[in-house]
Amino acid sequence: MSERILDVQSLTLKFGGLTALDDVSLHINEGEILGLIGPNGAGKTTCFNAITGVYGPTSGDILFQGKSIVGMKKHQITKQGIARTFQNIRLFPTMTALENVLVGADAQHSTGMLTALFRLPKHRREEKQGHDRAMELLRFMGIHRKADELAANLSYGDQRRLEIARAMATGPKLICLDEPAAGFNPAEKVELMDLIRKVRDQGFTVLLIEHDMRLVMGVTDRIVVLEFGRKIAEGSPSDIRDNPAVIAAYLGVDEEDAS
Amino acid sequence: MNFEFFFNNLPELTITGLAFGAIYALIALGYTMVYGVLQLINFAHSEVFMYGTFATLWTVIALNAADANGIKLIAILIVALFASMALSALIALALERVAYRRLIERDAPRLIALISAIGASFVLAELMGLRDRIAGWFGLEDDLSEYVGKARINNSMAGTLEKPRFDVAGVAISSIDIIVIVAAIGMMVLLDQFVRRSRLGKGIRATAQDPETASLMGVNPTRTIQVTFLIGGLMAGVAAFLYMLKIDTTKYDVGFLLGVKAFTAAVLGGIGNLRGALLGGLVLGVAENWGQALFGGEWRDVIAFVLLVLILLVRPTGLLGESLGKARA
Amino acid sequence: MKNLGFRDKLTGLPKPVRILLWILLALFAYALPLLELPIISTPGVDFGGVLFTVTIYCLVALGLNIVVGYAGLLDLGYVGFYAIGAYTVGILTSFHANWPLLLAIPVAVVAAMVSGVILGAPTLRVRGDYLAIVTLGFGEIIRLTAVNLEWLGDARGIKNIAKPPNIGDEKSGLFEIPHLLWGNGTVLVDTEHPTKFLVFGYIDQVPYYWMGLTAVIIVLIADILIKSSRVGRAWEATREDEDAAELMGVPTFKFKLLAFSTGAFVGGLAGGLYASRQGFINPLSFLLLYSILFLAAVVVGGQGNRWGVLLGAILVAYLPQRFREFDDFRVLAFGAALVLLATLRPEGLIPPRRTVRAKQLEQELDELEQGTDEGEEAARV
Repeated sequence: MSERILDVQSLTLKFGGLTALDDVSLHINEGEILGLIGPNGAGKTTCFNAITGVYGPTSGDILFQGKSIVGMKKHQITKQGIARTFQNIRLFPTMTALENVLVGADAQHSTGMLTALFRLPKHRREEKQGHDRAMELLRFMGIHRKADELAANLSYGDQRRLEIARAMATGPKLICLDEPAAGFNPAEKVELMDLIRKVRDQGFTVLLIEHDMRLVMGVTDRIVVLEFGRKIAEGSPSDIRDNPAVIAAYLGVDEEDAS
Repeated sequence: MNFEFFFNNLPELTITGLAFGAIYALIALGYTMVYGVLQLINFAHSEVFMYGTFATLWTVIALNAADANGIKLIAILIVALFASMALSALIALALERVAYRRLIERDAPRLIALISAIGASFVLAELMGLRDRIAGWFGLEDDLSEYVGKARINNSMAGTLEKPRFDVAGVAISSIDIIVIVAAIGMMVLLDQFVRRSRLGKGIRATAQDPETASLMGVNPTRTIQVTFLIGGLMAGVAAFLYMLKIDTTKYDVGFLLGVKAFTAAVLGGIGNLRGALLGGLVLGVAENWGQALFGGEWRDVIAFVLLVLILLVRPTGLLGESLGKARA
Repeated sequence: MKNLGFRDKLTGLPKPVRILLWILLALFAYALPLLELPIISTPGVDFGGVLFTVTIYCLVALGLNIVVGYAGLLDLGYVGFYAIGAYTVGILTSFHANWPLLLAIPVAVVAAMVSGVILGAPTLRVRGDYLAIVTLGFGEIIRLTAVNLEWLGDARGIKNIAKPPNIGDEKSGLFEIPHLLWGNGTVLVDTEHPTKFLVFGYIDQVPYYWMGLTAVIIVLIADILIKSSRVGRAWEATREDEDAAELMGVPTFKFKLLAFSTGAFVGGLAGGLYASRQGFINPLSFLLLYSILFLAAVVVGGQGNRWGVLLGAILVAYLPQRFREFDDFRVLAFGAALVLLATLRPEGLIPPRRTVRAKQLEQELDELEQGTDEGEEAARV
């Protein structure tokens, strides 16, 4: 349980004169659900983007399973075993739900032009394996009946679920969810909390950005708090709840919500 | 490679290159502004320019400029300039109305708008190229033969103007080249100030940055787009007039190559960027002229494209970057 | 929406019936020049020759559709690859060597593909619209190089390009196939001017059409196989959202380059076949105008849909030949048609199945939303 799967060391990220992340260090243990919280503009999504290779860090290092992933291309990082969803949904709108998940599953495949053209055994094997896995994930997320719908035509909630299924299909060890409950009503949020736990129980490690305190407190094992690009606290949900710095910085504004 | 000729004539080559470049730059404005506001390659802008050249030609014929001189000639040329600007602006506005507006309103894919633009470009060029036949439908081809004759070949106004050369420190400079360069740069400065300072100009910049917010802030998008096309048309008209002063000859398909070059200039300078269009145009004009001297005239057009590819590889956003919206100094 | 119903009916048929239908359709396509159907046939121009041109456009459109329709890369210089294919065949079979055509075509195709990689590797990193202008420049560079280099035959071009090898006797082929002759209400079998199977001569163009049609069918099948695989999905994902695709593990650059070079491959093949039929090429056959016509074929038909782009190609190649009497006004009419099509039917004549479905659903949702609030809720859930 205590094996570090991701280790972010002194990560600093600057855009021109703006320091988006300032010397942030955090780690995720294998099999846990880590919550990353903080007020708007604290650098949560930026941190995500640095981990998944969208931005190169100005300084610092990111180790995944003991290996630095800084400087790797985005798709290489995905193949290493980090998958993500997006705060603002980014599905492939003209593809069906099933095809969206298949694109994720293809991350582990290597069928190329000629293999596909001549329908070699590898193509068939990978298609079958990908298809089975994709349907399994769609069922897991409860949207298998909509497998042949276009992603663009799914309801908002289903689109969010589809994004998680697509990320899981890439075969990650660590799955990063960027505000997966945004726009959900309370009942849907409870459902999602269960789902995130189930994801973890399947053997995935989860990094969760979330605004909703109840959700974060209820589902995470540990929480890291960012403010203005700096880490201000780290600990178990109950520690965070009582941490004066966190209350001052983040919860103080909205104490009711925190209780 | 002809280095001796190149070095012996470097100043002349440069000045002629700048004159061509200034014309490219004026046409490039139309591409760059429309692109800045709509992210659309206005493929038919070359025809806007082509109609301008004919406006100048027809004015010169109609007012009998060949027999005029002195003040009268200058007056005729001024009329020709305004005629060019008016016709080009009219065509640009018609283009926006017929080929684009419906697509813009429905937020159609950009590729579709490009196809529409290509179609419009064919229509405009062919209407000019078939003008003798069209006049024939009305039985006017004889009465208008001066204007509609030679529909598919070169139409020339050579000999209308004297183009004195003068020497500066042993370098023979064509007066026309100087007029072209000064006029073009003057227009660019005016336009730059207009876009920066005037209400309409600010509207254009706001729409380029964020159309939705701009429209919420009371900028009328349709009107802004019209103004953008109008300005592009006016500038193409000026370019057309200057082009006719320098080259004397035009043809129904003259727009195509010039349009491609001008678009190249816009991309070269950083599309969407007004000053970039000027810089891109001048760089392209000079590079072409130098290259022509070094490698031979037959490689002239190749040089333009090779230059474009090279610059895009080194600086993918062009020399000055893309920023109609930001329009920083 | 009508063609949706047609499509549904078609896919609803059992597989053997569908295959039989396809075979019948292919046979009809092969027989087309022999039937000389009165309305379709082109008066004044050899029908076989026109059909050959149609197949070349179909090939080009299929190839360009991979680049533009599937991968979403705007290529305005596709004629460059077509020219490379044609010139390679010209050089190898006539101008600088004496290779047989069947050896030259594969080299031509590979040459086009390699040039696709060389052009694509640096330029596919730049933004989409720049790609358009860079490819446009590439097409022009290829043409101007052909004009300027004596080694490529300059403006005079290359003559005596090899024809495909005959099958059977050179005079009469293996056997002769008669054409039909349509009179006033009667149909006769015209045995006077049969097509010899399979002699690639100068007068009878039908064998070239068969060659072209065969190439189209092969490319079409390959297209179907590739599109419904990991490669096709990667293209589509890249087109829809490049960053998201990359983050889902798609090496987007590699797949864009693959699309680009696959497109070039098909373009080179089309160029090679064209050069062989023509027997003669010069730079005028490779004007930028053709790049635009090719693109128009793809977009008019419905980019991303292989049947749509085939229809587009047929229209773009065939209509101007059919209506030759309006010769002077051809380009004008073509331009006007493009504007009308783009403004009135922006998704193309036959948009991809998905677009149709998406539109339909959108419409349904709109209708529901116009109803009661409950209706709106129902549409959401």
